[in-house]
Amino acid sequence: MLLITDLEKTYPGPNGGFTAVRGMSFAVQDGEMFTIVGPSGAGKTTLLRCIAGLSAPTAGTISIDGVPIDGPPREFAVVFQDYARSLMPWMSVARNVELPLVKHGSDARSRRRAVEQALAEVGLADAAHKKPFQLSGGMQQRVAIARAIAYRPKVLIMDEPFASVDAQTRADLEDLLLKVREETGTTIVFVTHDVDESVYLSDRVAIVTRSPSRIDRIVSIPLPHPRDQIVTKSLPEFAELRAQVFGRIREMVHDAALADA
Amino acid sequence: MSVTRTTELRRLADGGRGRVALGVLGALVAVLAWSAVSGSSENIYFPSLLEILERTAAYWPTPEGVDNLTASLRTLGAGLGLAVLVGVAAGLLIGQVPVVAQTVSPALEFVRAIPATALVPFAMMLFGVGDEMKVFLIALGCVWPILLNTADGARGLDATLLDTARVFHVTGLRRALGVVVPAVLPRVLVGVRIAVPLSLILMVTSEMVGAQRGLGYVITQAQATFQLLTMWSGIVVLGVLGFLLTTAYSALERLLLRWCDPKRVSS
Repeated sequence: MLLITDLEKTYPGPNGGFTAVRGMSFAVQDGEMFTIVGPSGAGKTTLLRCIAGLSAPTAGTISIDGVPIDGPPREFAVVFQDYARSLMPWMSVARNVELPLVKHGSDARSRRRAVEQALAEVGLADAAHKKPFQLSGGMQQRVAIARAIAYRPKVLIMDEPFASVDAQTRADLEDLLLKVREETGTTIVFVTHDVDESVYLSDRVAIVTRSPSRIDRIVSIPLPHPRDQIVTKSLPEFAELRAQVFGRIREMVHDAALADA
Repeated sequence: MSVTRTTELRRLADGGRGRVALGVLGALVAVLAWSAVSGSSENIYFPSLLEILERTAAYWPTPEGVDNLTASLRTLGAGLGLAVLVGVAAGLLIGQVPVVAQTVSPALEFVRAIPATALVPFAMMLFGVGDEMKVFLIALGCVWPILLNTADGARGLDATLLDTARVFHVTGLRRALGVVVPAVLPRVLVGVRIAVPLSLILMVTSEMVGAQRGLGYVITQAQATFQLLTMWSGIVVLGVLGFLLTTAYSALERLLLRWCDPKRVSS
């Protein structure tokens, strides 16, 4: 279980700095697909960086199975939004996927097999020897996902991973993620600003407030599995949940606008 | 000239083969013009191109000529190699550790502003007139563009790239050689591109003041003994050497940066 307790993150600066997150607490169960949505300007990326161990919290604790996180944990993988910068452009697709495995205590042959499997999983078996720049944006993000899958993480952290691809590719990648999750049972913590995406993918959606962010509410998504872009999104329950999440975010933005005025 | 003619020429200049053809054409015209103007020259200071080329062909393939040429190339290679090693190592350190950068930057700017040739007397005192002095001077002059470009590149390393390395526990030597060095490589290569012609200048200068061998030595020696044809032949060889070095370096650069997105490189 991933447990976040009273998390606070303040960036140093004038007037006491900028507090992106304050008093944030929640728990993510093993194997859960947990999505964080919120208005832009909420400390979503800050929160993910803290969970991933890339950024130290100012106060509060984050722990995985009772072990506090104080640096990137071995069993976590991260998929960044900016795929073009998270892949090593000088390495082939296969070498990129293999990169985190080298020290993971596997011999060359099982490593190669893991790479092949992960690339096949994301539908890029034929692109193994290409360089990232020869692939489209969606394909590059598939490589980043393959790298994360091959790593076999316990927790997969994704920071708006599909924000910069076109709508069709986005739908494909969402379904790919659902399939991977189905097959591996990986815990996934997913940040997005897209309400439809959050409801479609998740078991639970956490709505966070504007900074200093805390959890506003957590909405359970009891939609049936397997999910389908057309069938699931046509369900009345989907529309209801979407309206609930969307409505709450709009309320928050509206309240904030009133408070600012 | 008609409009169609101009567009045709422009298209020729845009194509890769067309560009080479135009370049060769330009060089040919220049050589022909030189030989035409100097062809009937009676002036001993400006001998005819044909005579210079004859002397070049006669002197430089002899054991003495080859010996002088290889001596120069060895010095050049050693000096440039040393500059790359020191420049990249120091540049990576300065670029990645802000404390070091803030401490050494003002001093660096000062030392860098001193022309390397100003240190010729000091270098001769320190090393005598041997190869060490020449290598020292070349390395000293060439290290700055490499160091500063590397430091700049290391400072500007992409945060997501480094985060990726951290998340996946790529650390130590694997991080340095597998992530940092390739990421900085384009900037290192820019620095070396600036350093190559500099190294040639410093090589000739150092050979002119203190040496018993080398291209610069041959040129000054020929001038002192009034063998102006040999002097000119040395200058021609130097020009050819510079051209070959730059061309070879461009090819090397393209080879090393094949992974770059051509669109991103040109923008």
